Amino acid sequence: MADPLFTSVDDVARRLAEAGYLASTAVATTVFLADRLGKPLLVEGPAGVGKTELARALAAATGSGLVRLQCYEGIDESRALYEWNHAKQLLRITAAKGEAWEDTRDDVFAEEFLLPRPLLTAIRNPDPTVLLIDETDKADVEMEGLLLEVLGDFQVTVPELGTITAARRPFVVLTSNATRELSEALKRRCLFLHLDFPSAELERDIVALQVPGLDSTLAESLVRVVGALRELDLRKAPSIAESIDWARTLLALGADSLDEDTVRATLGVILKYQADHRKAVSELRLPAVLDAASP
Amino acid sequence: MSAAAVRARLVEFARALRGRGIGVGTGETVDAAAAVEVLGLAERERLREALAATMLRGSGQRPVFDAVFDVYFPAAVGAAEGAASPADVTELREELVSALALGDEARLRALASAGVETLGAYGSFGAGGAGGAGEGAGRSMSGWSAYQALGQIRPDALLHKVLAAMNAGAEEGDPLGTVLSEREARARVGMFTEYVNAEARRRTAELRGRERIARYAVAPQDELVSFTSATREQLAQLRRTIQPLSRKLATRLAARRRKARRGEIDVRRTLRRSLATGGVPMRPAMRDRAPGRPDLLLLCDMSGSVAGFAQFTLLLTRALSDQFSRIRSFAFVGRTDEITHILAGDGGDPEGLAARILAEANVTVWGMSSDYGNSLGTFVEGWGDAVGPRTSVLILGDARTNGGDENVAALRRIAERAKHVFWLNPEQESLWGTGDSAAPRYGKVVPMFECRNVRQLSYVVSELLPG
Repeated sequence: MADPLFTSVDDVARRLAEAGYLASTAVATTVFLADRLGKPLLVEGPAGVGKTELARALAAATGSGLVRLQCYEGIDESRALYEWNHAKQLLRITAAKGEAWEDTRDDVFAEEFLLPRPLLTAIRNPDPTVLLIDETDKADVEMEGLLLEVLGDFQVTVPELGTITAARRPFVVLTSNATRELSEALKRRCLFLHLDFPSAELERDIVALQVPGLDSTLAESLVRVVGALRELDLRKAPSIAESIDWARTLLALGADSLDEDTVRATLGVILKYQADHRKAVSELRLPAVLDAASP
Repeated sequence: MSAAAVRARLVEFARALRGRGIGVGTGETVDAAAAVEVLGLAERERLREALAATMLRGSGQRPVFDAVFDVYFPAAVGAAEGAASPADVTELREELVSALALGDEARLRALASAGVETLGAYGSFGAGGAGGAGEGAGRSMSGWSAYQALGQIRPDALLHKVLAAMNAGAEEGDPLGTVLSEREARARVGMFTEYVNAEARRRTAELRGRERIARYAVAPQDELVSFTSATREQLAQLRRTIQPLSRKLATRLAARRRKARRGEIDVRRTLRRSLATGGVPMRPAMRDRAPGRPDLLLLCDMSGSVAGFAQFTLLLTRALSDQFSRIRSFAFVGRTDEITHILAGDGGDPEGLAARILAEANVTVWGMSSDYGNSLGTFVEGWGDAVGPRTSVLILGDARTNGGDENVAALRRIAERAKHVFWLNPEQESLWGTGDSAAPRYGKVVPMFECRNVRQLSYVVSELLPG
């Protein structure tokens, strides 16, 4: 296996921070282990806590290329692994009118006619690569079988070409929103990282990093309100992405402190459902809404 | 610890996790050992994350994992070294107020261990101290009690003082700040209570052996908590687990075929496919069908004998009706009435909801014991046409008729008309058919599944139902 990317857990945290991603102890430790043990990293958690962002920051921090495979229902081998370029093959056959069939046959199944898809691209890349398999839970169960093969040995067999082994193991990050349970076999091959909403201090730092212009006391009260909202058992609790959006909104509005009226007027930025909106207004005892300031 | 000792401890730890229902295989233990080798034992929090990453396979397992971890890899042995531990209860409570007001986690932890140390000890060893001969008999009768410590500290009673301290700095007339402080203070008191519990577990584990404490003092995983005996906090936890499960349940009940086998030809995809066969369309591709919408009907027992289960039923029903518009819900005790409109307008807690249903809907005839015969009968009479050939019906109840008429015919009529009917029973399968249970008779007409906890529910949803 190639040299490890990171020297220590602190190194992970430092370099990710340089890439604009503030990692908690859990994230830094697990990333370090994934690198050292050469295992894929399965990141699970609610939407908007920075699962995809982690992969992006990893690529930036290690100077690797990022190859992304977005999963969706019905994705198959030809979209994920490789496909033969049929049209081009047909052209080649038509062009080779006078040639002997044996030559043409061997020629048509050559590298030239292979369309590599993300998985094959990541495996063949001789440079450091971060392979992001996004929203793995959206793909069908059959797709997991394919992933097992690729992630287990980091090799792909193309019947006509032979087996292609990874020149350099890519750093694999799988993300999942946990809409369905992934198979045991796949989970067993991965290190499991559950990303949840960050602690208040970490979130404050994240907001400060992403929205540098925001006043620090305002950021503090923003994080407090978001924290209280998360306790409320809403249909969609605000995540980090929403906190940042909110911070940007407040900055754009030029708000200098967070009072009830500001919160009420901008609540639509962080809460996406009418029912959540109503609940937050009553639980935080905000003044009753007379105008339609709802999402 | 030597390398061999670490390995032995890991194996013990893995066994304890298995004992709590977390499936940790040999492969995971090997991974964990490899992780420990890479990482070292210097930092406890990193070790915790490393073991979690290698041994866990789902986020719901984390609370149990953390508790067992604290027992097997304690932060310290013996009394914790808190800076200047307070002498008596009054002093401790004063310090607690300031720590809670500041939200100082390290201080809270130190106070928790000090509290357990000074107030939580019971049994015979306290005066003589640990060590020395003849304590063998005393050991089994003594330990550290979180209950006893908390009973004297009474953190809940400090809430007022904490709030006063928190709002001292803020200017007057900041209602939002007050609300936030109040919520934070409550959360911190909860945190402190949890610290005291963990500390008492750790100290007792030293005394009695880790295995025993891991088995008895760590609460079971949420998914193994029985619906009928769940506490209020556990129900709140369950709600979080049930939310995604309910979605899965509804989509499975609206079972559809993913690939259409006949119907309209998709010209674009057929032509694209034909390239593989030299332009001859040998395998026609069909247009995908529009995804089916779940047409679901719920029939819930709200009677006294399944009170705990009814709470769960309401959770499930609410979660389902939150996500899908075409769901009709019915409740019954002595007779059936529709509750769809009550669920739709409600945002309150399930307990209030149960009371509202009993007050607003006409579900009772003679008190709180269920009458399945009459309930099924009134449903078929009043809302029989709500069940169509595309409707899935889900019945939730224990099938205990209290000696009344079973009215299997009514159930059969529902089953004949609906696409499918499933019955989830909160009772142990071995008890079906005992006493006044009509489960075997109903079970012959419609498939009935035992559904006592979240694990069984998810098994039913993912394995047994068609989809």
